[in-house]
Amino acid sequence: MEPFENFTGVVAPLDRANVDTDAIIPKQFLKSIKRTGFGPYLFDELRYLDPGEPGMDCRSRPLNPDFVLNDPRYQGAQILLARENFGCGSSREHAPWALADFGFRVILAPSFADIFHNNCFKNGLLPIVLAPETVEGLFARSRGPQALRIDVDLPGQLLTLDDGTRIPFEIDAGNKARLLEGLDDIGLTLQHADAIRAYEARRQIEAPWLFAV
Amino acid sequence: MGSKTLYDKLWDEHVVRVDDNGAVLLYIDRQLVHEVTSPQAFEGLRLAGRRPWRAAANLAVPDHNVPTRDLAAGITDPISRIQVETLDHNCADFGIREFPMADPRQGIVHVIGPEQGFTLPGATLVCGDSHTSTHGAFGALAFGIGTSEVEHVLATQCLIQRKSKTLLISVDGQAGPGVTAKDIVLAIIGEIGTAGGTGSVIEFGGEAIRALSMEGRMTVCNMAIEAGARAGLIGVDEKTIEYLRGRPYAPSGELFERAAAHWRTLVSDPGADFDRVVRLDASAIQPQVTWGTSPEMVVPVGGRVPDPRAEADPVRAEGIRRALGYMGLEPGTAIRDIRPDKVFIGSCTNSRIEDLRAAAEVVQGRKVADGIRLALVVPGSGLVKAQAEAEGLDRIFTDAGFEWREPGCSMCLAMNADRLEPGERCASTSNRNFEGRQGQGGRTHLVSPAMAAAAAVAGHFVDVREL
Repeated sequence: MEPFENFTGVVAPLDRANVDTDAIIPKQFLKSIKRTGFGPYLFDELRYLDPGEPGMDCRSRPLNPDFVLNDPRYQGAQILLARENFGCGSSREHAPWALADFGFRVILAPSFADIFHNNCFKNGLLPIVLAPETVEGLFARSRGPQALRIDVDLPGQLLTLDDGTRIPFEIDAGNKARLLEGLDDIGLTLQHADAIRAYEARRQIEAPWLFAV
Repeated sequence: MGSKTLYDKLWDEHVVRVDDNGAVLLYIDRQLVHEVTSPQAFEGLRLAGRRPWRAAANLAVPDHNVPTRDLAAGITDPISRIQVETLDHNCADFGIREFPMADPRQGIVHVIGPEQGFTLPGATLVCGDSHTSTHGAFGALAFGIGTSEVEHVLATQCLIQRKSKTLLISVDGQAGPGVTAKDIVLAIIGEIGTAGGTGSVIEFGGEAIRALSMEGRMTVCNMAIEAGARAGLIGVDEKTIEYLRGRPYAPSGELFERAAAHWRTLVSDPGADFDRVVRLDASAIQPQVTWGTSPEMVVPVGGRVPDPRAEADPVRAEGIRRALGYMGLEPGTAIRDIRPDKVFIGSCTNSRIEDLRAAAEVVQGRKVADGIRLALVVPGSGLVKAQAEAEGLDRIFTDAGFEWREPGCSMCLAMNADRLEPGERCASTSNRNFEGRQGQGGRTHLVSPAMAAAAAVAGHFVDVREL
């Protein structure tokens, strides 16, 4: 995973609550056995007017002009502004894969579904929880004739709007380190192989039925 | 030592170590694997030159893509076929036990885990599938994970976790006749909302939960994720233990009795402290029908579709308006006046033998109504199918005009050929009514198996108690 670096990006406002992972990446695209190439199908049913199928060349598909990602103001957006319970539903990691592949690096919302939130950190995507009134203010700002731009400082845990407004944010220390260093979780866990083996040895005595498969 | 919740006990038994940031390395006893969320995990192992830490802790089965008829013809969709074949190859390469498509034990991953006794009380169990919460019905800590974590568990038998909050949902008193586990869990989601459990593990308790069979408890825990919960849990009792006795992967003989003695301790202690408690009165719960595009958009069958103009919160009002538009419904429409085009009885929520019995009881001696284009019964596993056929349930369904299919996820998420066409409306025993879930433009109403069967024979939603 590439380390997360600070950047300034355009905000695309997706004004609906409970956006589920079926909406983020519909099921027909889950048949891929790869980790890449999901970006063109991100929000497929909302973004295009025709039914999407895996392998389609999306450049010639009819776009839904009412969908936010098709609005000229938000082209090249790297920050997605969303509402509560973003990423609910299925555990599919294809959702953060599609968001990252499209170019998003940060998602701002009042709340996220747990599994999605967890999956983001495995893929260099930073989900930031903000107070509902802060999110409301960002929606108001991002609907103007000029797209809102935000500077994202992860080490400083600070968002700076293009008018200079500063918004600090919270993040779990482990997840922050994981993003900043682009760490390989498995390699880190395997550094504790002895502890895992010791645990297993103890459990084989305490609960041998769990090892009888 | 103070009183512990069931979640505290399960958590404490699985801590391998705690790091400087307070994150816990949690040991995972069991992993279920299916074809959709595992290929990239196996590829990751391959690229890093890693082998499974404990291959025997995994059980794999294809379920999402499998066809539900003409199995001899194989999978016709080439992309689906590659995905299922990839699972077969990966399991062979990495030494993982698999029930392939032709195996009589094949079925939906969350049906076969308990059926095989692979799911055990006191275990931690994960799967790259959000409905892994199902297995919490056995007093196991079970939750869905993404593909990176599937790989992490394969490679290390552990996950990096933080402890969740606890939410006790107590369903007190007795549910009336015709009110099932599905109605109880839909009523719970209607009460607390689809984000009501976010950040929490929900323990379901109370007299009405204790009264449920293991199948019913699985239905309730299955949909804990639809309330946003990390996991659902139900304490162990004699029903749990008797369900597991004699199952192929459960312990046997003296080891079973030793295990059972420990399993009986897997309940929340009296006076254990939960972060939040919600109580529902079971006697007030009616058969439920969802009207919208989120499981929290649910009303009793005697109710009406809401009017967004009556909603004060503008975001919620817009959500109702959008859902009604998608669902093709006018505000104020009586649920009873909604006519499905298709009926689907199946999914990891409601495809077990008890579900099929409940539906068959309603269908017996009746016919699928003229307006219903397709009524499908998809058993949860090959063994459920065989059991149902031994009981003659398949004949009851086919005599009434239902199609009796082979096991799989099927029209719950329409990754195979079973799907809704744009604008079609379905009475479905599955778990999600999201836009496009059962097919692009498809409209889903979530109900219990008995209520789906009742809608199939009546041609419109109807209170199964009045049929």
